[in-house]
Formats: sequence, C-alpha cells, structure tokens
Amino acid sequence: MALSHEEILAHIQAGCGDTAVVIPDSYGVVCVEVPTQQLFRLVNHLFKDQHFKFNILTDLCGVHYPEQKGKELGVVYHIQSMIHRAMIRIKVFAPIENPEIPSLTGIYAMANWMERETYDFFGIKFAGHPNLKRILNMDEMIDFPLRREFPLEDPFRQDKADYQFGR
Amino acid sequence: MSSQIKMTETPPGIEGQGFFATSLDHVVGLARKNSIWPLPFATSCCGIEFMATMASHYDLGRFGAERLSFTPRQADLLMVMGTIAKKMGPVLRHVYEQMAEPRWVIAVGACASSGGIFDTYSVLQGIDRVIPVDVYVPGCPPRPEQIIDGILRIQDLIGNESVRRRNSEEYKKLMEEYMIK
Amino acid sequence: MRTNKEYIADFHNPDMPDIPYSTLNLGPTHPATHGIFQNVLKMDGERIVDAEQTVGYIHRAFEKIAERRPLYQITPLTDRLNYCSAPINNTGWHLAVEKLLGIQVPKRVDYMRVMIMELARISDHLICNSILGVDTGALTGFTYVYQYREKIYEIYEEICGARLTTNMGRIGGFERDFSPKVFELTKKFLVEFPKIWREFESLLSRNRIFMDRTIDTGPISVERALNYGFTGPNLRATGIDYDIRTADPYCSYEEFKFDIPVGTTGDTYDRFVVRNEEIWQSLSLVEQAIRKIEACEPGIYHADEDHYYLPPKKEVYRNMEALIYHFKIIMGEIEVPAGEVYRAVEGANGELGFYLVSDGGRSPYRLHFRRPCFIYYQAFPEMIRGQLLSDAIVVMSSLNVIAGELDA
Repeated sequence: MALSHEEILAHIQAGCGDTAVVIPDSYGVVCVEVPTQQLFRLVNHLFKDQHFKFNILTDLCGVHYPEQKGKELGVVYHIQSMIHRAMIRIKVFAPIENPEIPSLTGIYAMANWMERETYDFFGIKFAGHPNLKRILNMDEMIDFPLRREFPLEDPFRQDKADYQFGR
Repeated sequence: MSSQIKMTETPPGIEGQGFFATSLDHVVGLARKNSIWPLPFATSCCGIEFMATMASHYDLGRFGAERLSFTPRQADLLMVMGTIAKKMGPVLRHVYEQMAEPRWVIAVGACASSGGIFDTYSVLQGIDRVIPVDVYVPGCPPRPEQIIDGILRIQDLIGNESVRRRNSEEYKKLMEEYMIK
Repeated sequence: MRTNKEYIADFHNPDMPDIPYSTLNLGPTHPATHGIFQNVLKMDGERIVDAEQTVGYIHRAFEKIAERRPLYQITPLTDRLNYCSAPINNTGWHLAVEKLLGIQVPKRVDYMRVMIMELARISDHLICNSILGVDTGALTGFTYVYQYREKIYEIYEEICGARLTTNMGRIGGFERDFSPKVFELTKKFLVEFPKIWREFESLLSRNRIFMDRTIDTGPISVERALNYGFTGPNLRATGIDYDIRTADPYCSYEEFKFDIPVGTTGDTYDRFVVRNEEIWQSLSLVEQAIRKIEACEPGIYHADEDHYYLPPKKEVYRNMEALIYHFKIIMGEIEVPAGEVYRAVEGANGELGFYLVSDGGRSPYRLHFRRPCFIYYQAFPEMIRGQLLSDAIVVMSSLNVIAGELDA
C-alpha cells in the first residue's frame, strides 16, 4: 500500500506540532525542515507509530552551507518505513557558533557512530550523546575537516610544492 | 619429477674435491633470500590482491616465502599493503621497530608508496615518511604478478647484501634520519 | 558446561561478586581480524565481558575528495569502498547520478549491470564464507574456492581490464560492449563453479565442528538488528526478508525471478547459510541476465545521452560536436541539475546508499556514503558479550566487515 505525500506530511506535522517546513523535492521524497527543539519529539513519534512504521533510520549525515547565516550546519536524516517502502528526509539546522542538535541515540542504537562521525566531520554537538568524541580522525585533530573552508590536501606537507604543479 | 625442481644457482667460489669455498656473504645471502618470512601488514584493497598472491593460483610459496609470520619479532620482511592513514602511522612504525635486524620493507601499491589517489589530510603520503622502504611496487592495486616481482626484487637485495651492512655508518645514519633506534 | 545465556544472566546479576577483569588488546593489526580494527576487550578468563572499539585506521576522506571531483571521477573512489565487490559500488554510484540527471538507461544495460553485480556478489560472499571456514580451522576450503574468484576476475578483466578495483561502467551505461569472450567465460563459470561450491558447502554446512563453533555464537535479535540499522545478509539472517533488490528495484530487478533467503536466529551459522544460499540465487540471476541480454538487440550498451556519456574516440577525432561534448564532459562543464537524491543498492553486505547533494556545480556539493559496515559494526560488542574470545573472531569474520568501507 503506497502512502501519499499528504498522508505522510500530516503524520509528520502531527509529530512536531505543525512546525515542519516542507522543502520541495523533485525526486519524490517527502522532505521537511524542522526546528532543532522539535526533532527528538518528531522522530520519537515516527518511531513509535504503529500504522506508518517509519521506524528505520537509514542514513544520517551532516552538511555545511556557509552562506546560510544562522543555519550554517545541518544534519539530514533519512527515515524509512520498510513496510510501506517510503522514505522521509528530515533536515535540521543550527548556527555554526553553537551547533547543538539533539541526539537520537536514545531511539536508535545505530545513531551512535553516525553522530560521532558527523561530530568528527562538522563539529556538530549532539546533546545527550553518551560518548561524543572523534571516531575516524585522530583525537588530536582540532579542525573539522568536512567544513567547506577546510582544504582537502594536507596543509603541512613538505613535498608536492605548489611550483611543481604550476600553482 | 626431479627434473621439474629448479635448484638455486651456486654462488661463485672455489670448488675442489670435497670442499667448496665461497664468501660468508654469499652463503648467508643465499639462505636468507630463499626463506623469507614476510609479515603481511594488509590494510585495504592491496591486501585482497595479496590474498590472491598467497592462494593456490599464484602461490607465493614457490619463492620460499610461504611461511607468513604474523608476529613482527620473527619476520624478515614487512609487506605494507594498502593505505596507511596518519592514525595508522605510529602503529606501522611500532611494528617496524619490533622487527629484528636484518629487516626489509616492501611498499605494495600506490597508497603505501606515495599516498596514491588519496592526497588528503588524513592519509600518510607514502610510508617512507615513517619507515625506510626497500622496494616499491606500483599499481592500484598491483596484480599478483607485480607483487611476486616485488618479492623477487627483494630477494635480489637480500641475496647481495653484505653481512655487515647493518653495522655500517651509512645504515646507522639512515636509521637516525628516521629516528629509529 | 554453562551456556552463554547462563553466563550473561550471571553477568547482569548484581548479587554476583566482582571478578577482577583482565584487558586484552585485539588489533589493530591482529592477523585474525582481517582488517584494521582495534578492540580493547575486557575479559573474564576466556569470556568477553565488554569490548571497546576503535576505528578509523584507514580513514581516507572519501567524502571530502568527492566534493572536489567531477561526477565521473568519483567512480574510482567507490571501487575502494567495499573492494571485495567493486562493481556493485560502481553501479550504485552510477545509478545515483543517473537519478539526479534523469537518465533512462536501455534495458540491455540494466541486464548487463545485473550480470556483473551478481558476479560481484558471488565473489564477495565467496570470500566471506571461505574466510569463515579459515577462522574455524578449515583453510583448505579457502584455497580451493579462491581459484574461482580468479575466474570472476578474468571476467572482470575481459570487461574493463582491471581485476579488483574495476572502475566499471560509465554514467549512462558501459564504456564498451561486452565481448563474446565475456559470455563465454561466464557460461563456463556457471557450469564449473556450482560443482566446486557444492563441495565447499558440503564441507562446512553439516560439519559437526563447524556447526558447534557457529551455532549460537554472536546472535542478534530482530529488534536489536533493526535498531542497529542492520541490512543485507546480516539482517536477513535474523529473519527479515528486506532486500533492496525487491523493496526498491533498480536495474530491472523486478523482471528477474529469485528468492530471498532468510535465517531465524541471526547467529553466525545463519549468516553463513544465508550467504551460501544467496550465492545460488546469484548464479541463477547471472544465468537469467545472460539469457535476457541475448534476447535484446545487440550492440546497445549505453544511454543515448550526448551531454553525459563520453562519445567514442573515433568520433572525437572526426566530429566537431563530439569533440565539444568530450571536452565539456572531461572538464566537468556539463549542466547538472541542483537537487538532492538518495539512491541505495543492495551491496554485498548491506544497503549501500549514496546521498548526493548537487548545487549545479561540476562536483557534488556533498556526497555521503551510507556504508553498511560502518553502521552494523557498532553492534559487535553487544553480539560478543559473554562469548569466548575465539568465537568473537568468528563473529567478526561472519559479519563481513570490510575496513575500506568501514572507514571510508
């Protein structure tokens, strides 16, 4: 039984007190932006609901938009219903000065490492995470490498000087 | 059956009735080169090709390097296969320091040799930044034939190395450069 | 002898006296772990009480590289995710880009993709299952079946010239048509391999020692598996028939006939059996794909999309328009719609997803790989709690954790 977009949207709005802003998506995924405070409530609602069963967190990743003032850092969640074969994309944004987003580890065990990875890459602090520390990079690292301004290549290396590449 | 067994070449020396005289270097080199105990330090894709090299189709055992030594204490040859991230660098160095002299290192694949396609903040740009390397095998990943060729080049090095090389000033200087005691 | 369940019950019992635990460092270069993972185990004698994992030892910053590369240059990166089954990753990436660009590929290309993906699945499960044999003490099976991985490599070589990191295909199809030799080799493989695999299967699947070592080791319940985001064979071993090939079909999988094997307890033996059965299903899929390719009009191997698909070299030298397109595609000047897509494929060890955010530029604004290994490896401490150390090794190899995919 395929769910219509309207049904899913009404379901989402019920979970976050009509605060979700719909983002148009041309690829057929229901995509909403919710305020940070409402995220946990919404995901919990989706997780607990027995009819729609959006209870699988498929993917979680960060994204950085330097030009969106006050909403620079975002986290994108893909939540899936295996029964209805539908997917919801939920976005939350936080300012870069204090990027704090509620952790979903209380609902999903898998969010643990995904959130640590997002912290590692973007410096987004997940409030309520049991063990928020770097996972892929070295603990000594101070920068957050996947922010747009961070260079891809190692800035401290001695070989491969710029003049060799005409830069 | 016996015709198929290939004997290794006799080193140059003086032969006579009941004796054969040659230099110690040659004898030791001959023995060492035909019984290498490699330590596979396989991290990623090249490790799978190393598995292919060890498996029945390519069979590295033909070259006397069949006995994999997973402890660095007993290994002669450190085979570094795959990307070494900066997080892994100290571990690699630690493994190298535990190996007893004489020890050789072969960097298999582009990543181990130079960082390969991963010119990024997290990848060590070649393992020669932390440990000295004897033979580099190019390829991403190298074919098993290439890995075998790398082993053969190592055998050439081992066979021709003088017994006292590891005590030479030159070698000590190299170790000092890498700050390896 | 006490069972694992009794032991765990004791462990959670607050009335039990405190036992001095010992700490054991397993990894990161332990020979038994088949990859670069570190586990600091808290041990009570031979039993594992808890484990703390450290990963990231081959973190290569794929997602950062992907932000600086044009779309077609990301294919070689995907090879190095799960390097045991590179063609699946390649195709998954191409599907994600095709979804973004709105490219329809011809049916024949779909079937060709199914053929290589299923071959890749066979080669991946083949390694996983035979390594599981090695870890339980049966090295012979590994050296025996590995020869047939070489046969799959030969097919890859005939298609794209590479063995392991294949970089196979283009956005919109393939770089060249499959030669008749490909079909010849594949058909030969389909005849020879089942016999070998049957032998391997009968060596292990009803073997007393193997069953004792694997049954009830590292079990996970359905609820926990779902909560941990398990996908692929590891989820199916717990009893859920979730497979993206049927849940969200791609590459015309809906036209193929195949079964999805499921287990019941989610233990190591179930994972072995599920993978084993998937190999048989994949063999049948390869066979069906060949039949379908042969029924199609020959010579079609890419979508007719001048803007995205590189023109043949012959045309580039002679034809002005082809030269322009060639230049535009190579320099990344093609127009890419802004948008966000998520496309997942059924990788050999789970749902391999690509979340691609494009802002219309030459390279993705953000590309996130949903790496199945990274997600389900979190459950490892929970799965080995209360088990023996030697069983932990078996559980890890049955999970098929690939370091390259784990750390990206």
